[in-house]
Amino acid sequence: MRKFSTLGLLAALVLPAYLLAGPAVSGAVEKQAINVTAIVMFVVFVLLTLGITYWASLRTRTASDFYTAGGGITGFQNGLAIAGDYMSAASFLGISGLVFASGYDGLIYSIGFLVGWPVIMFLIAEQIRNLGKFTFADVTSYRFGQTQIRTVAAISSLVVVAFYLIAQMVGAGKLIQLLFGLEYWMAVVIVGVLMMIYVIFGGMTATTWVQIIKAVLLLSGATFMAGAALYSFGFSPEEMFRQAVATSPKGASIMGPGTLVKDPINAISLGLALMFGTAGLPHILMRFFTVPSAKEARKSVFYATGFIGYFYILTFIIGFAAIVLLSQHPEFYKTDALVNGAVDKAKLVTGLNGGTNMVAIHLAHAVGGNLFLGFISAVAFATILAVVSGLTLAGASAISHDLYASVIAKGRVNETTELRVSKGATLVLGVVAIILGIAFESQNVAFMVGLAFAIAASANFPVLVASIFWSKMTTRGAMVGGFAGLISAVVLTVLSKAVWGDVLGHLGADGKPAGLIALDNPAIISIPVSFICIWLFSILDNSKRAQIDRGAYEAQKVRCETGIGAEVASGH
Amino acid sequence: MHQDSVDAIKGHPLYAELVAKRKRFAWTLTIVMLAIYYGFILVIAFAKQILAAPLAAGMTTTVGIPVGVLIILSAFVLTGIYVFRANGEFDRLTRAIKEDLQ
Repeated sequence: MRKFSTLGLLAALVLPAYLLAGPAVSGAVEKQAINVTAIVMFVVFVLLTLGITYWASLRTRTASDFYTAGGGITGFQNGLAIAGDYMSAASFLGISGLVFASGYDGLIYSIGFLVGWPVIMFLIAEQIRNLGKFTFADVTSYRFGQTQIRTVAAISSLVVVAFYLIAQMVGAGKLIQLLFGLEYWMAVVIVGVLMMIYVIFGGMTATTWVQIIKAVLLLSGATFMAGAALYSFGFSPEEMFRQAVATSPKGASIMGPGTLVKDPINAISLGLALMFGTAGLPHILMRFFTVPSAKEARKSVFYATGFIGYFYILTFIIGFAAIVLLSQHPEFYKTDALVNGAVDKAKLVTGLNGGTNMVAIHLAHAVGGNLFLGFISAVAFATILAVVSGLTLAGASAISHDLYASVIAKGRVNETTELRVSKGATLVLGVVAIILGIAFESQNVAFMVGLAFAIAASANFPVLVASIFWSKMTTRGAMVGGFAGLISAVVLTVLSKAVWGDVLGHLGADGKPAGLIALDNPAIISIPVSFICIWLFSILDNSKRAQIDRGAYEAQKVRCETGIGAEVASGH
Repeated sequence: MHQDSVDAIKGHPLYAELVAKRKRFAWTLTIVMLAIYYGFILVIAFAKQILAAPLAAGMTTTVGIPVGVLIILSAFVLTGIYVFRANGEFDRLTRAIKEDLQ
C-alpha cells in the first residue's frame, strides 16, 4: 500500500513537467520566464535568514561572537555547517554538470574533494582547535614571529578566498539570470549585498545558521531529486547507466575515466590539490573554532564527511539521470540544438540553456515540475549566499584579526576597533567579490574552485602541518615556505591553459587556447616547493628568533596534545 | 602555559602513552587513506581500462562505479574509527592527566 502511495506522489510530481512541456517548446528560451513559485520561496528564505541575522546581531557583541559564534556551536551543528560550506554552488551545479558532460570524471573529482576530510581529522582538526582562537594563522603563528607569519597567512587566505568567491559569484549570476530573467550583473550585486548584510550584522552566528538551514534544505532537495530521477529508471542504476550510454554523444566512454585526467602527472597533481587543499581552506579551518572542545571538533569532521559523501553520491546520480531525462526535454535547449523539435544528440551537452552549470536546475524542473524547480532554485541561491558569507567572513577575519590587529597594531587594539575593522573589511570584500564575479562570467565554476584548492594546498597546508609536527621549524622557514607555495601556485596557474590560454587568449600551434606549461594544476610542484623551503630555511636559520621558535615547541605540543590552556568559549 | 606545568605534563607517564598512541594511530589511518586514494588515482593514470571494464558480461555498470562508492564509504568509516577511539580512549587518558595535575 505504501509503495502505491509513494508512486502516486511521485507521479503527481512528475506529471506536471510533461504537461508543461508542450507550449514551452516553441522558441528559444535564453532566460526562464518569471517563476512565481521560485521567487516566493526565495523571498521566504531571504526573510527567514534576515530574521536569523537580526537575532544573531543581538548576540554578536564581542570579537569572539563575531569570528566564532562565541564557541557555542555543537559538533553536529558544525558538521552540517562544514558540509554546507563544502556543498557549494560549485559542487552542486558544477559537479552535476561535470557528470552530465563527462560522466565518470565527475566522480573522480568529487572523490578528490572528499578524501581530504579524513586527513584533516587525523592530522589537524583537534590540533587546530587546541591551538587557535579565531583564524588558522593563530595556529601557524603560535610559536613564531607574529608579523611575518600572519602576513603570509592573511595574503594566502585572501587569494584563496578571492578564487573561491569568483566561482561562487559566477554560479550565482548564472542561476539568477536563468531563474528571474535578471541581468547577470544585477544578480551578482544582489548576492553581494545580501552576503554583506549577513556577515556585517550577524557575524559567525548568522553565517553558521544560514549554512545549517541551507545544508538541510539542499540535502533534502537533492535526496528527492535523485530519488525521483532513479524512479524513472525503476530504481535500477544499471538501467540508468544503460540509457545514459545510449543517449550521450560520448557513448560508453562516460562509464570510465575520461579526459579530465590527461596523464599521470596531471592526475596526481589534481589529487594532491583536492586532498590537501581542503586542509588549507581558511573558511573551513575557521569552523573548528566555533565548537567548544577537541571532542566536538572531531565529531564535526565525522558528521561532515558523512553528509558530504552522501551528497556527492546524490550529485553523481543527478548528473547521470540528467543525460537521459534532459534529452527528452527540448524546451531546456537552445533552438539551434534542436532537430525537428527534438534534442540533437551531438548538442546534448553544448546546446543546454544556461550551460552545464544548469543541469541540476533543469532536472529539478523535469522531475518535480514548477514547484520543485522553484524549491531547488531557491535552495541553490541560498547555497551561494551561505557559502559566500562564510568565505567573506574568513577573508574579513584575515584582514582584521591577522593583518590589522596583529601586524599593523601589534596586538595593541581594543575589541571594538577590531570588530569595526572586520565589518569594514567585509564591505570592501563584498564590493571586490561583485567586481570579480562580473569579470569572470564565462569561466567554468568547478575549475575555479580547483585553483583555490591548489593555492590552499600549497601555501596554507604545508605551513600548518609543519608548524604542528616539526619542532625545528622557524619563523623564517614558515614565512619563506608559505610565500614560495603561494607564489609558485599562482604563477604556475597563470601559465596553465585555464588562465594563459582561456582567459588571456594565447593560442597554441593548433589554434586552440593553450598554456605555456602542460600542467593543469600546480600542486605537484608547488606543495613540494613549499615543504622544501620550510625545511631548508629552517635548518639554515641560526638567528635568535629561531632559538625562541624551537624552544617554544614543547609547550605548543603539550597544549596541542592535551588541550590544556586552549581557548574556551568566551565573551558570555 | 608556564614552563612548570609544561614540564609536569611532559613528565607524566600517561602523557607519553597518549602521544605515542595517538601519533601511531593517526598516521596509520592517514597512510591507509592516502594509499586508497592514490591507488585509485594511479589506476586512473596508468590502467584506466580496469575501471572502465563492465562489472559483469553484458552489464553497462563498470567496475569504477562500485569502486568510487566504496572509496567514499571508506573515508566516512575511517573518520568514524578515529572519532570512536579518540573520543573514548584518548580523551580518557587526557582527563586522567588533567586530574592528576590538579
